[in-house]
Amino acid sequence: MDALMQLNTEPNLQAPDDFYEALIDAHHDLSNEASQALNARLVLLLANHIGITSVLKQALDAARASAI
Amino acid sequence: MQNKKNLQTDSVADYQKLVFPYRRTPDQDVTPPARHPVVVVGAGPVGLALAIDLAQQNIPVVLLDNDDRLSSGSRAICFAKRTLEIFERLGCGQRMLDKGVSWNVGKVFFRRQQVYSFDLLPEAGHQFPAFINLQQYYVEGYLAERAAELPLIDIRWKSAVSGLEQHADFARLTVTTPDGPYQLDAQYVAACDGSRSALRQLVGQESHGRTFKDRFLIADIKLKSGHSGIDLAAERWFWFDPEFHPNQSVLLHMQPDGVWRIDFQLGWDANPEEEKKPENIIPRVKALLGPEAQFELEWASVYTFSCLRMDSFRHGRVLFAGDSAHGVSPFGARGANSGVQDAENLAWKLAAVLQGRAGQALLNSYGGEREYAADENIRNSSRATDFITPKSAISRLFRDAVLELAKDHAFARTIVNSGRLSVPATLHQSPLNTLQADDFSGSMVPGAAAADAPVLWRGQADWLLRHLSTGCFTALVFGAVDSALDCLPDPGLTPLRVLHIAPAQGEAGAETLVDRDGLAALRYDAQPGTVVLLRPDQHVCARWRAPTVANVHQALERALALA
Repeated sequence: MDALMQLNTEPNLQAPDDFYEALIDAHHDLSNEASQALNARLVLLLANHIGITSVLKQALDAARASAI
Repeated sequence: MQNKKNLQTDSVADYQKLVFPYRRTPDQDVTPPARHPVVVVGAGPVGLALAIDLAQQNIPVVLLDNDDRLSSGSRAICFAKRTLEIFERLGCGQRMLDKGVSWNVGKVFFRRQQVYSFDLLPEAGHQFPAFINLQQYYVEGYLAERAAELPLIDIRWKSAVSGLEQHADFARLTVTTPDGPYQLDAQYVAACDGSRSALRQLVGQESHGRTFKDRFLIADIKLKSGHSGIDLAAERWFWFDPEFHPNQSVLLHMQPDGVWRIDFQLGWDANPEEEKKPENIIPRVKALLGPEAQFELEWASVYTFSCLRMDSFRHGRVLFAGDSAHGVSPFGARGANSGVQDAENLAWKLAAVLQGRAGQALLNSYGGEREYAADENIRNSSRATDFITPKSAISRLFRDAVLELAKDHAFARTIVNSGRLSVPATLHQSPLNTLQADDFSGSMVPGAAAADAPVLWRGQADWLLRHLSTGCFTALVFGAVDSALDCLPDPGLTPLRVLHIAPAQGEAGAETLVDRDGLAALRYDAQPGTVVLLRPDQHVCARWRAPTVANVHQALERALALA
């Protein structure tokens, strides 16, 4: 399969600590519902950016696997 | 030191029981007050390192301490590679390495499972490991013994600073002793007097930052005949939310003499007095090591912490270094390690100013460079603390999600943060750096702490950093034995040593280091003719592919803040 069609779970974040701090900061002072809604919007934005159905399905499977 | 021979062979208790005698000094009986070039306040790791460094550069030092003992308890136990390289230059790095527990590997556990492990120093060819664990009283004891060998250091125990007057060209200290107070003048005062710094109060300053609402318990235990329910190793083990201590974190470290450091997160509501009682500590330790574990409790402490710093590390004639200037959480071992790096940054600058080779601008660069480093340490320390102790439900949700994913997916391991462990700050924006005009890759950019490499010296295996002289700039000249720099005239600014590094295959002069495994050239991205200029504190300040003598002179002037 084309590498672009494959979910990349190798390290790919330019600055993991910067990203994580920004992610937590984005939730600062939000209620639980507001945080959940933010997460939902974030998932949809990132999904659109990725765009490729097979990659998104692999991501959904990987996320689901940890929940079971 | 009188009991030196005994000290080196005896067990733990000797360093902790050691009492340094208070002695009267002639300064107590003179008017006007005696004037000294430098008074260092605080004989902890930072003050001792600074005093030794200055004495090695021919600057006499008075070192004051309000107590007459070494560190009470093991306290700062993790000493990083860079700190050990500094201690080696000060004459006791190898001794600490020999006594300490070397480690490079860390393991991270989430609930019942190991989620990943890391190796901090995956490449060979360094004299020192990523870290050693060594009780602070050994570090202070070895430094104090080294200081005692240097006649230029005058250590005065039971001498507390209780007053400060700032004048244009000196500071006047009031020193309180068992015989009463006396006054002492210093051209410069280095305040290495810890987080509750008396000097900081005397200049009317506070550190600013975040205090974390959490409490932690340190339990140092000594296992009896190595008996424990788990298979311990000389590694850093960190648990998030383990079954034996639910909803909190635990950190385990090995120390010399069969001692183990266990650090339990307790939460903000814990009662420090209750948690310090052995009857409450022992069940926590047994929950980790198993009910059969036999151990003695060596030392315990309940602590909170803040990530903060003074706005400015220089106030007139007083320069702040170590915990007096900045504070971090213990996760990352950035407290004592950054303090020793402060001391190294300050020592050569004070020496250059006192010896008339540089002006006040160089001393001001101490503040700028080390405030920048403190910000980096505080940033890393705050982030680790936020990951370890999430402050909100959503922060905890993401934290646990990262840990879950880390088991199977490498990317998540880069987000797991149990402490970003101390590495020296690269002083990217320093005005002492010469902007790089030539094309280079690699990490040895201007501002970086010099990388070590294995070399041959007169046919013997040796280390590059051991050849950088104290108090001296060094030009590392790669490959070209007939470099133009050989006839470098005396710059008249400051001592400069030219150190040739020859490839393993080829001709090498008698005074040339041989790049045994090619690692020096690799780490410095060197080609024949490359020159890397190092400051006395072993930070790169300039590099070129083929510099002229004038290039080097300009870079030296810049590195001394004369340009």
